[in-house]
Amino acid sequence: MSGALASIVAPGFFASGPVQLAAEIAAVVAAVCGAVGVFAVIRGQSFAGEALGDITTSGGSAAYLVGVAPLWAYVAFALAAAGAMELAGVQRARGRDLATGVVLGAGLGLAALFFYLDSVHTSASGATVTVMFGSIFTVTGTTVRLALGTGAATLAVLAALYRPLTLASLNAELASARGVPVRLVGALYLAVLAAAVALAAITIGTILSTALLIGPAATALRLTRSPGRAVLVAASIGLLALWLGIVLAYDSYYWPPLHRGWPVSFFVVTLIFTGYLLAGALGRVRAAH
Amino acid sequence: MIDAWAAATIVAVVAGVVGLFTVMRGSAFAAHAIPNGSIAGAAGASLIGAGTLLGLSAFALAGALAIGLLGRRGRHDVATALTLVTMLALGALFVSWSSQYASELYSVLFGEVLGVSSSQLLPTAALGAAVIAAVALLHRPLLLSCALPDVARARGLPALAIELAFLAVLALASAMTVPVVGTLLIFTLMIGPPAAARACADRPARAAALAVALALVTVWTAIAAAYATDLPVGFFVGTVGASWYVAGRGWSAWRTRRRRRGRPAGPAASVDLIAG
Repeated sequence: MSGALASIVAPGFFASGPVQLAAEIAAVVAAVCGAVGVFAVIRGQSFAGEALGDITTSGGSAAYLVGVAPLWAYVAFALAAAGAMELAGVQRARGRDLATGVVLGAGLGLAALFFYLDSVHTSASGATVTVMFGSIFTVTGTTVRLALGTGAATLAVLAALYRPLTLASLNAELASARGVPVRLVGALYLAVLAAAVALAAITIGTILSTALLIGPAATALRLTRSPGRAVLVAASIGLLALWLGIVLAYDSYYWPPLHRGWPVSFFVVTLIFTGYLLAGALGRVRAAH
Repeated sequence: MIDAWAAATIVAVVAGVVGLFTVMRGSAFAAHAIPNGSIAGAAGASLIGAGTLLGLSAFALAGALAIGLLGRRGRHDVATALTLVTMLALGALFVSWSSQYASELYSVLFGEVLGVSSSQLLPTAALGAAVIAAVALLHRPLLLSCALPDVARARGLPALAIELAFLAVLALASAMTVPVVGTLLIFTLMIGPPAAARACADRPARAAALAVALALVTVWTAIAAAYATDLPVGFFVGTVGASWYVAGRGWSAWRTRRRRRGRPAGPAASVDLIAG
């Protein structure tokens, strides 16, 4: 057993401090993204999630400028963007993508500005890559605790919303006939989505955060139809992809072409995408029988 | 400087025309995903020493194909999101392999219009002409399939082929524009001006002309402002592009209110139906 493990995991893996912190934050983020992501997929809000993730890029670049913890900046910018989307009319079916897109465009303009100012006023070279593609091995203990708090608050709000949100997502007309405040529920969910995106951005980077939010949830919804079960499956898939990605990235320090390590985000996203394709193939095989 | 103006002008014309179809077909997410994902092509091309434009085109076309085909099964927005992040992850890998590319990442993402050289003008113009020609050829089925999908189906128009053709046009348009305005901001140019144009003009031809005009004003203002203030072009494209949308929404809200006060639902209602 230990021999088999040693052939997969490079020496020093379990003793490494950064790896432990990475594994801890991965667990928090996978749980939150699994739960929040299932509703994003059911409600067809992948684009909103993607846009919020990209907008946190401007938060990340601003954090370098001001010198605050990136997670605070991610959460603040994602929530502000969610508010702007709500104002721009993201809840109307018609023109929803446009409203999302325009907020996204403005947010990216800000990111361009902040990265430029970063390069002028600070010595933070490579800020662009770190913010956009993530750096899970540089996560600190403080960030893990902060993520734990943010994650717990997010899950608490989601749990409180669970029943009205499920109803409003599956059948908005029936929900409003039963007296569910559909608009308010939608707005609160957008805030929850923003917080989840900020957490995902810490682990695999701002522009890749959608992978963790949408991928495991979409895969889970291909495997099971019940939202409750899908949340559990999605969280497990997310956790598996993140942990496996961390192991592979650690191993890849011995791989060609540079012997410098491949990015964790690459492994995580590839694993998630493969899982999505496999679940689709499985569904077709099942349907054929 | 002259080269920058010329390149930006070509880009604005293409973005205005293609963007109008993007807005009408509701393909905003694809218009974000395709240019953004093609960044992996730019990084990969620099790794093997191939031309940037070639890498961008190859990855943009591959992304368009993946979005079109994966979106047939399962949810379209999920397929788009996952295709995008997979291409971006490849981009992350290529960037980590190359030792100097990280510093160029900024210019690929946000563009470097002031760094456009005269040797880039010819391929940009050629690709731009090809895109405009393709849109001119395809505009009837494109309009029909998004405005009246039932009629299109009854006439036997192949929906998947039209969708793939449109995504391919989008891919070529983004490949040629990325070196000028960057992967992230071409999207703003494709959404902001056309969305405002559509709110103000009912006929597609007039809306296309207006979209091109607004896109031109956007890039020209952005270049001038960037030149004057030394701040990045992307910032100005982003803010000006978004403010067109806000202005367009305000204008159409004002017009609707005035129309309601004047006469009840008139011919405008049917025009709205065709446009949307």
